Amino acid sequence: MTFPTDLRGKEPRGDKNPVRILMFKIDDRDVSAREDETILAVARQNGIHIPTLCHLDGLSERGACRLCIVEVKGMAKLVPSCVSFARQDMEVFTNSERVAGYRRKILELLFSERNHVCSVCVSNGHCELQALATDLGMTHVHYDYLYPRHSVDASHPRFSVDHNRCVLCQRCVRVCDEIEGAHTWDVMGRGVTAKVITDLNQPWGLSETCTGCGKCVHVCPTGALSEKGKSVAEMTKRRQFLPYLQLMRREGHK
Amino acid sequence: MTQTKTRKVSEKKPRAKEKAPPPIAAEAPPPRVRLATTWLDGCSGCHMSLLDLDERLLELAPRIELVYGPLVDGKQFPAGVDVTLVEGAVSSEKDREEILHIRERTKILVSFGDCAVTANVPAMRNKFKVEDVLKRAYLENSSYHSEIPTVGLPKLLKRARPVHEFVAVDVFLPGCPPPPEAILLVLGELLEGRAPDLKGKTRFGA
Repeated sequence: MTFPTDLRGKEPRGDKNPVRILMFKIDDRDVSAREDETILAVARQNGIHIPTLCHLDGLSERGACRLCIVEVKGMAKLVPSCVSFARQDMEVFTNSERVAGYRRKILELLFSERNHVCSVCVSNGHCELQALATDLGMTHVHYDYLYPRHSVDASHPRFSVDHNRCVLCQRCVRVCDEIEGAHTWDVMGRGVTAKVITDLNQPWGLSETCTGCGKCVHVCPTGALSEKGKSVAEMTKRRQFLPYLQLMRREGHK
Repeated sequence: MTQTKTRKVSEKKPRAKEKAPPPIAAEAPPPRVRLATTWLDGCSGCHMSLLDLDERLLELAPRIELVYGPLVDGKQFPAGVDVTLVEGAVSSEKDREEILHIRERTKILVSFGDCAVTANVPAMRNKFKVEDVLKRAYLENSSYHSEIPTVGLPKLLKRARPVHEFVAVDVFLPGCPPPPEAILLVLGELLEGRAPDLKGKTRFGA
């Protein structure tokens, strides 16, 4: 299955070649979209809720968490709506039984893959993963927990990273690259051993590129990145800066 | 729990503005639901939350018979229990035997709180070897009578695990601890013979 992924590199849209407007259906509702809008964006414009975790307004899409999967009529695979584009006459179902089932399984796998102990987490009560478990009605994890042995890096003077609570959404990677422009964060390894790293897997405190701005901390959906000195349930994230800074960056590119 | 003492008072107390409960003495008492509670590897916080139902316990008391648990005297888990609330993860050989025994004798098993549902805090040791955990607890962090206890304590399993990895669980009640309202909802629904819907009533963590 191919999607019109990126319009860059194609014929530039202008007066002679305007952006096409499509009509399609989400949950049996007729909706219209520009051809360069994702299914997720269109759903949100129309007040249709699709749960997300790695998506964050103001950052590029990554399709990392897979929680925004939707069912498209006539397609065997479920597609992640944050990186899938609308097509004329397609019929999308955001919350069919099949979608809800797989979504919950994905969420359970996220919980089973690391050590998410909500009761002793700095982000307890302010965590997007925890909230998703409640919203999606996850009562327990059907899979065996893996209990991997992950480290905590508290070498930075102001922040710490607890890899046990990371969901690899890569928001920190994106915000550092796209907004701060430092690209301190990246991802190393594969599967259950994958983890976010600073510079070339040096301790965060020794990172030469980190500006100490703390944007990564505040976009992190869980308690993986936190400010030092915060105890259980004390870490609230502030993201008001993001749309503003994104606008500034965009202005700067013109 | 002093359920026998409170039974009589229960009809006077409740906030009975909306619906006056029928006077108990007037009708034949329905058979009481046989309720048991137990804790495995937990901190007893979930039981504390149960006690935090306060005066609402009085409303429950006439409808249940508390047959086993830390709140009553009996030492043997009786047969024919209707509902058992299990707090705590399965961490030791004794926990494992106990939960298998309880499952055999219980109609409806409730995973009561995060430790039972996810293994929670007890599972934080799972990343380490049992010997290392014992050494850390009893030798390295001890300044007096440092020795690993061997007598009268059950052998720890390699990992602390949630209850449902050992036996079938009928109702999951997450929370660290679950709020009293969620406990009341579960007990109330089970007493009415319905499956409780906990959506939005509790969450993982506190």
